[in-house]
Amino acid sequence: MNLVINNKTYEIDSDADTPLLWVIREEVGLTGTKFGCGLAQCGACTVLVDGEPCRSCVTPVESVVGKQITTIETIEEDAVGKKVVEAWVEAQVPQCGYCQSGQVLAATALLKRNPNPSDADIADAMVNLCRCGTYNGIVDAIHAASRQA
Amino acid sequence: MPDTSLKTAAVPQPAKGHAGTAHAHDSAERHVSGSAVYIDDIREVAGTLHIAPVLSTRAHARILSVDLSGAEAVPGFVTALTPADVPGVNNFGAVKLDDPIIAEDLIEFWGQVVLAVAGETLEAARAAARAVKITYEDLEPILSIERAIELDATVAPPLTMKSGDAAAAMATAKHRLSGTFNVGGQDHFYLEGHIAYAVPQEEGDMLVYSSTQHPTEVQHLVSRSLAIPDHAVTVEVRRMGGGFGGKETQPAQIAAIAALIARKTGRPAKLRLDRDEDMIATGKRHDFLIKYEVGFDDSGRIEALAMDLHARAGYSSDLTNAVVDRAMFHAGSCYYLSNARITGHRNKTHTVSNTAFRGFGGPQGYLAGEEVVDEIARYLGKEPLEVRKVNFYDREGERTRTHYGQPVEDFILHELVPALAEQAEYDKRRAEVRAFNEKSPVLKKGLYLTPVQFGISFTATHFNQAGALVHVYSDGSVMLNHGGTEMGQGLYLKVAQVVAREFGIDVARVKITATNTSKVPNTSATAASSGSDLNGMAAQDAARQIKERLVAFAAGKYGCAPEEVRFADNMVEAGAEKISFAALARAAYMARTQLSAAGFYATPKIHWSRETASGHPFYYFTYGAAVAEVIVDTLTGEYRLLRADLLHDVGRSLNPAIDIGQIEGAFVQGTGWLTSEELWWDKAGRLRTHAPSTYKIPTVRDIARDFRVTLYENENVEPTIHRSKAVGEPPFLLANAVFFALKDAVGAAIGYKGSPKLDAPATPEQVLMAIEALRQATGQ
Repeated sequence: MNLVINNKTYEIDSDADTPLLWVIREEVGLTGTKFGCGLAQCGACTVLVDGEPCRSCVTPVESVVGKQITTIETIEEDAVGKKVVEAWVEAQVPQCGYCQSGQVLAATALLKRNPNPSDADIADAMVNLCRCGTYNGIVDAIHAASRQA
Repeated sequence: MPDTSLKTAAVPQPAKGHAGTAHAHDSAERHVSGSAVYIDDIREVAGTLHIAPVLSTRAHARILSVDLSGAEAVPGFVTALTPADVPGVNNFGAVKLDDPIIAEDLIEFWGQVVLAVAGETLEAARAAARAVKITYEDLEPILSIERAIELDATVAPPLTMKSGDAAAAMATAKHRLSGTFNVGGQDHFYLEGHIAYAVPQEEGDMLVYSSTQHPTEVQHLVSRSLAIPDHAVTVEVRRMGGGFGGKETQPAQIAAIAALIARKTGRPAKLRLDRDEDMIATGKRHDFLIKYEVGFDDSGRIEALAMDLHARAGYSSDLTNAVVDRAMFHAGSCYYLSNARITGHRNKTHTVSNTAFRGFGGPQGYLAGEEVVDEIARYLGKEPLEVRKVNFYDREGERTRTHYGQPVEDFILHELVPALAEQAEYDKRRAEVRAFNEKSPVLKKGLYLTPVQFGISFTATHFNQAGALVHVYSDGSVMLNHGGTEMGQGLYLKVAQVVAREFGIDVARVKITATNTSKVPNTSATAASSGSDLNGMAAQDAARQIKERLVAFAAGKYGCAPEEVRFADNMVEAGAEKISFAALARAAYMARTQLSAAGFYATPKIHWSRETASGHPFYYFTYGAAVAEVIVDTLTGEYRLLRADLLHDVGRSLNPAIDIGQIEGAFVQGTGWLTSEELWWDKAGRLRTHAPSTYKIPTVRDIARDFRVTLYENENVEPTIHRSKAVGEPPFLLANAVFFALKDAVGAAIGYKGSPKLDAPATPEQVLMAIEALRQATGQ
C-alpha cells in the first residue's frame, strides 16, 4: 500500500493493521513522532491526517491510505505550523521536549480550525499530556501564534 | 548550516547567552522540528534484537516452574534471559544487594521481572513473553503500611533525629494535639518511558545508551552484572524525555537486561518498556503514614513535636534510607523545633520498590510539618499565616538550629513571605473569600499561603562532587562535557552559559555533548537539584584552567601583564592588542599550548553522620512561597484552581527563563501529586492505576486560570556558581498551597466549624468524603 507522508509517497510493507506510528518511525524513519502510552491518551504520537490531529499509536495504517499525513518534520512548511513553531521557541515552551512534537501538531490543528481560540477553546483542544508541566507556556504560545496569524 | 562566523569574526560582537541571561533551551528548536534524538530514535544497527520482560502476576510467591516451550515455538523467538545467564551479580541494588535483575525464585511484588525474552522483532518478543508459563506457590503478602507496622516489617532500621527534650516539653505544654496524616505516592509518568539499547563492542566491551539520570551507576551495575571491569562499559545519554528521579536507580535494571541479552547473543539489544510495564514494574514516590503529637503555647508556637514517619519502601531498600532521611530533615517545614523527636521508619511491603522522585522525601515530610502547623492554627482559631510566622526560624540566635544540628544561616522567609502576601493581596483576598463563602451555599472558596524552605546537597556527602571536560579547538570553537544529564531542566545550557561567560564568547560557540562515562568518570546522579551547582562549578574550573594558559600565552606574546588580558565580546584584549578569541586559540595552539582541561568540584562545608543523626547536610537552603485560591463544589467534591501566585528564590539566576519554567512545571507536578494523582492497588497487590486512563496527571485544563510566577531578588550567601541556587526540586513544594486551600474550602463547607480531616492526594472523592465527615461530626 502507498502512504502520503509530508507530501511524499511511500510504499509500505507493514501489515494493514500496523499502527501508523510504527510505520512512520520504523519503516519511514521519521522519529520526531513519539511513543508515549500506546493508548491514544497522552498525545505524544499526534500527527495530522488531512489537517486533523490523530493519535497515530492506535490508528491502523490502512485507515489512512489516500490521506495527507503531516508530521513534525515538515510542520514548518505549513504557514500556521510555522507560526506555531516560532511561537513555541519564542515562549520557550519545551523542557524535556518529548511531548512537544505532539503539542505543536495539536496546536496547529486548533489554530487552523479556530484562528482566535479562547483559553477555554485551548483547554478543550489541547488534551496532550506534558509531565514537565509546560502548560502555561503552551497557552501563551498558542495565543502568540494566534496574534501572528 | 554550519556556523562560519567562528572563522571570520574579527570585530567585537557582544557575546550572546552568558550565564545570567534568559537564553532559550539549547534543544528548543530541535524539540519542535522532531530532530532532537532520544534513545528510541537512535537508528538501530542491523540485527538488533528486541526485548520484552515477563512480569510476575503475584505479589508474594515462590516460583515453582518456568515453562519456556510456548515461547520457543513463537516465530522470531531468539532467547530468554534467566538468572543462569548472568555471569556476574544478578542484582541492580546500588546501596544493598536486594534488587534482583531477574527474580531468582522469590517474587516480592506484582510486576517483578521473572525473565526477559528477546526476539527478532518487538512483536515476536512480546508474543513469546506472553507464551511463557509460570507456576507459583503463593505466600502471604504485606500490602499496606499499616500491616507492615503491625508485623514490624522493614527494609532498614529506623532513625531518630532529636533536639532538646521532646517528652518533657510535651508534658508541660499548655496545648497538645495529635493526629495521623496520610500522604500518597506518585508515578513519575515521564513521557519517555524506561529504555536502554546495548551494542556489543570488541573484546566483550559494551556500549549502552540508557535513559538515565545516573550514567555512572548504570555503567558500574552493568559491568558488575557482566563480570567485566567498569572500563569495558560505556554509557551514553544525550537527553531524556523526563526523569524526575525515576531514572536515578531504576535504569540500571533495564540497561543490565539489554546488556546481558547483547552479551548472550552477541547482537545489539533494545529494551523499551511499554507504559503499563513502566508503571507496574518501576518504583515511584514513597507514600507515607505519619503520626504526630505536638505541644504548643497560646500563640501557636511549637514547644514540642514528636513525629513518626512511616514510608512504604516497597519490597527492597533502593534509596529509601536517604528518602526517609530527607523527609525527616524537612518534617519541621521552615519552623524552629526547640524540642523534637522525629523518627523515620522504612516499612517493607510486597509492592514495587519506591525510589527517588523530585523532592526525594522532602515534600512528604514538609507537608506533614505544614499539616501540624495548620492544625494548631485551626485549634486556636488563629490566622494560619500568623501561626506560621511565630514558628519561623530566627535570623540569628538560639532559634536558628535545626533538629539535626545544622544552623540556618540564610533564612529569608521573614522578608519573602510578606513580599508575596503583599503582591498576591493575601489579606484582602482572604477576606473576599470569606465574604464569598457566606453568600454561596454550594460553591466554596479556599485561599492559603504556604512557605517553602528546602535543603540543597546530596545527604550522601560523597555524591557532592562533579567533573567536567572542556576543549578549545584551534578554530576557537569549544566542546563541553560534564557528568550532569539533560532531562529537560536546561542543565546543559546553563553549564554552557557558564563556560561561554568565562571565555567571553557566544554560547553558540560552545558545543554541548552527550553525557558519556568515557569522557567524565565517576560522576553523581543528576539529582538533588544539584546539577548546575556541581557541574557548573566543575566546568568553570576546567574553563579557567584553559583560560589561565591562554592568559599566560597572550601576556608573553603581546608583552603585557596577565591582569591586562581580558575576554569579552568574542574578543581577547591583551594590553594594546585586541584579537578574536578564535585567533588567540589558533596562535596558542601553534605555540604548543594545552587547550583542554578536566575540571572538578567538591561542595565545601557539608558533613552528616547517620550514627549521631546530626551534622551539616545542606550547603544552603532555597526558599519560596505560594498563594493558591481554589473553588470547590461541595455537592460533588470537584474543584478548580483559580489563581496561583508564586514567589521563589533561585539566588542570582543562571537563566531566568529556564528557572521560571522549572518553577511553573514543578508547581503543576506538585499540584498533581496533591490532587488528582492516586495510586491504587487491589487486594491481590496489583497496581490498577497503570495507564493514563486511570492515573490522572495534570493537563492544560488543571493549571491555574491566573498563574503568576516571580523570581525573588536574592543571591546565594554561599559562593555557588555565580551565586545562583538550585531550582529543580524546591518549587515542587509550592503546591502545598493548593492542598491547604482545598482544606480551607472544605472547612468553609460547614462554616469553619471543626477541623477537616483531609489526606493527600485531595482527590474530589477525598474532598467530598472530608466534607461529609465534617458534616456528620458537627451535626450539620
